[in-house]
Amino acid sequence: MSSRLGGWDITSKLEGIHEGPRRGQSSSLSPAQLNLERVFEQSRQRQQQQKNGPKAPDLPNPGPPTKGKPRLLLMGQRRSGKSSISSVVFHKLPPSETLFLESTARIQKDSMASFMDFQVWDFPGQIDIFENPTFDIDAMFGEIGALIWVIDAQDDYLEAVARLNVTILNLQRTYPNIKIEVFIHKVDGLSDDYKQDIQRDITIRIQDELSDHGFENAPVRFHLTSIYNHSIFEAFSKVIQKLIPRLGSLEAMLTNLCRTCRFEKAYLFDVLSKIYIATDSAPADMASYEICSDYIDVIIDITEVYGSWPRSKGYRESLEGEPWNQKLEDQVASNWAESCMVLSDGNRPIMLREVDKYLALVAIMKEDSYDKMPLVNMNVEVVVDGLKEFFEITKPK
Amino acid sequence: MDFEAATAPSLAMSQGPASSDVKSEVKKPKKKKVLLMGKSGSGKSSMRSIIFSNYIARDTRRLGATIDIDLSHVKFLGNLTLNLWDCGGQEAFMENYLSQQRVHVFSNVGVLIYVFDIESRDVDRDMATYVSVMSALTQFSPTAKVYVLIHKMDLIMTHVREAVFMERVRLVRQKTAEFVQGSGFNREVDLTPFATSIWDQSLYKAWASIIHDLVPNLSVIESQLESLGILIEAEELLLFERTSFLVVSNWTSSEGQNNPTTDRQERISNILKHFKQSISRFTGTPRNAEQFMLMEHKAGGRFSIFCLKFTTNTYLMVILPPGEARFNAAKMNCQIARESFKFLDGPISGAGQ
Repeated sequence: MSSRLGGWDITSKLEGIHEGPRRGQSSSLSPAQLNLERVFEQSRQRQQQQKNGPKAPDLPNPGPPTKGKPRLLLMGQRRSGKSSISSVVFHKLPPSETLFLESTARIQKDSMASFMDFQVWDFPGQIDIFENPTFDIDAMFGEIGALIWVIDAQDDYLEAVARLNVTILNLQRTYPNIKIEVFIHKVDGLSDDYKQDIQRDITIRIQDELSDHGFENAPVRFHLTSIYNHSIFEAFSKVIQKLIPRLGSLEAMLTNLCRTCRFEKAYLFDVLSKIYIATDSAPADMASYEICSDYIDVIIDITEVYGSWPRSKGYRESLEGEPWNQKLEDQVASNWAESCMVLSDGNRPIMLREVDKYLALVAIMKEDSYDKMPLVNMNVEVVVDGLKEFFEITKPK
Repeated sequence: MDFEAATAPSLAMSQGPASSDVKSEVKKPKKKKVLLMGKSGSGKSSMRSIIFSNYIARDTRRLGATIDIDLSHVKFLGNLTLNLWDCGGQEAFMENYLSQQRVHVFSNVGVLIYVFDIESRDVDRDMATYVSVMSALTQFSPTAKVYVLIHKMDLIMTHVREAVFMERVRLVRQKTAEFVQGSGFNREVDLTPFATSIWDQSLYKAWASIIHDLVPNLSVIESQLESLGILIEAEELLLFERTSFLVVSNWTSSEGQNNPTTDRQERISNILKHFKQSISRFTGTPRNAEQFMLMEHKAGGRFSIFCLKFTTNTYLMVILPPGEARFNAAKMNCQIARESFKFLDGPISGAGQ
């Protein structure tokens, strides 16, 4: 896959492995070859893992499992909105079109080629996995990253809560590390007071039940979500952030950058899903998340219009001639996309910098700070290098 | 019968008329009208709100039916004021326009934009109304240009869209030809069809082309854009009007013409207009206010792009080949070139021809 924000063009010729068969120069790799490449990579990783022995036990949280991909399980009553959520967040389906989604009959497994390669499993609501002996519970929950339980807030949720309780109790005995995220869903159109009431009610019902069975402080979190606004992305962001080992250092890096460059807010985005995987320590608000996420859309769209076709060879050569007399590769400052937009409101710039194929750093800057852009770019460059190093180190081996 | 919709105060409209064939007189010459007509519910007001009032497509659901004629003066590029008549399409009103108000409505028309609803059940009746409108138009404004918008195309399945559109256009052309023959009208009727929908960029394509034909001094703008483009080694230049973000004029280099995305102008209009809405939500400023000063994007080794506030009424977007030095030089040059485009803001006479 090639970068969606525009960077990585010249270098891609050298590293054709990363490029899909879409573009002219790098189409030499067939899907089969790509597959081979992946198989090779996997077996290499496995070998390495054996060599390194068991993973170092000193991580503060268990982090992503050591083999395979972290898995997000979407469960809940039927018609609670599980498939809609996964289509909107991971397949960019417009929310209005989720009306036409069929009911899910079997487990829908989606693999997200993203910065951390996670899988999303969409469970049909009508199946009770604990009563059905055909399901291999261990295979299912052994490598799980998080269990997302979707509750329809506009419906009678007592049964959903009861089933969730059964599930949690079943899982807590064998897999105490599973994080359980409850999405109180379809809250658009409900008043704020009512939303809070529902959340409180559900929280109490679940915690009472759990403590009756002797599980205090079970890892259950609650989110209010809706596919018609950005809240679903925000909730997913929090879920994913839990799966990132040493998130603290990542956040510290961003906080540091914000302080140095006087950013108001910085987000590290997964470009494909618009989930932010880290942000600085300033309180996150929906408005700044929205504008940053929309800005990524603008850049993706513009890049699609102007960056998706190969320029002719002669043209490229003419650009390298007089008066520049330099290879095109040397004429560009950065191989990665760099972008910025100055808002009329207080001359506030929003800046975007591509980190790698999947990630982009988007920040809202201080008023009138466009003049400092070169300096900011240098600082961002340093942080981006740091981020890359971070992901290199924390990569599951 | 008198208008219920009060005429918007048309403040300080400098003397320049939209079309160049009216001689400048001491008295203010009457501005040519842009008539927006079509059956009730066909989407006239919706498209007007999207193009000129920065509505998003969803918001047009809130619009009610237009009663009688909704007059608005849309300022465009400083020297061009569109005298837009949004004519409510209910039959009672239509009859009224064609009888009592015939002279009042159809005289001095520069452009007629006639909107057909593709989903309409009674095509024959639509055509009959269209023909009566045409007869009134040719009677009082024989030189008017006619644009036919086949609207709500999003409701037609994608693979038959082209065919359905061609068929409808053929019908409209045939009716027009029949009418011309029958009435003994001695000129060719200049008719331009477009397939449109408020849910994608096709609407921008149609309106940009309509506006494009109305802009005076177009050749001057084009030639100046060309020399600027060549000077800064650009691949493409797009000149946008400030509030509507329609492309007023553009220039494309010979290499840029190989870009396979042919609807890119409309797409860019659409993208930027949508983002303007996001900014307005973020900053809490009104939708129609100016939202950004500058946008730049360097896509590594592929291309660079910037879009800057150019003259008071325009934005200029420049697509460049990669290269840091080229980018900065081009930005500087465009700022210098502002001076040569100042005439876009002033009255028509200021332009050196």
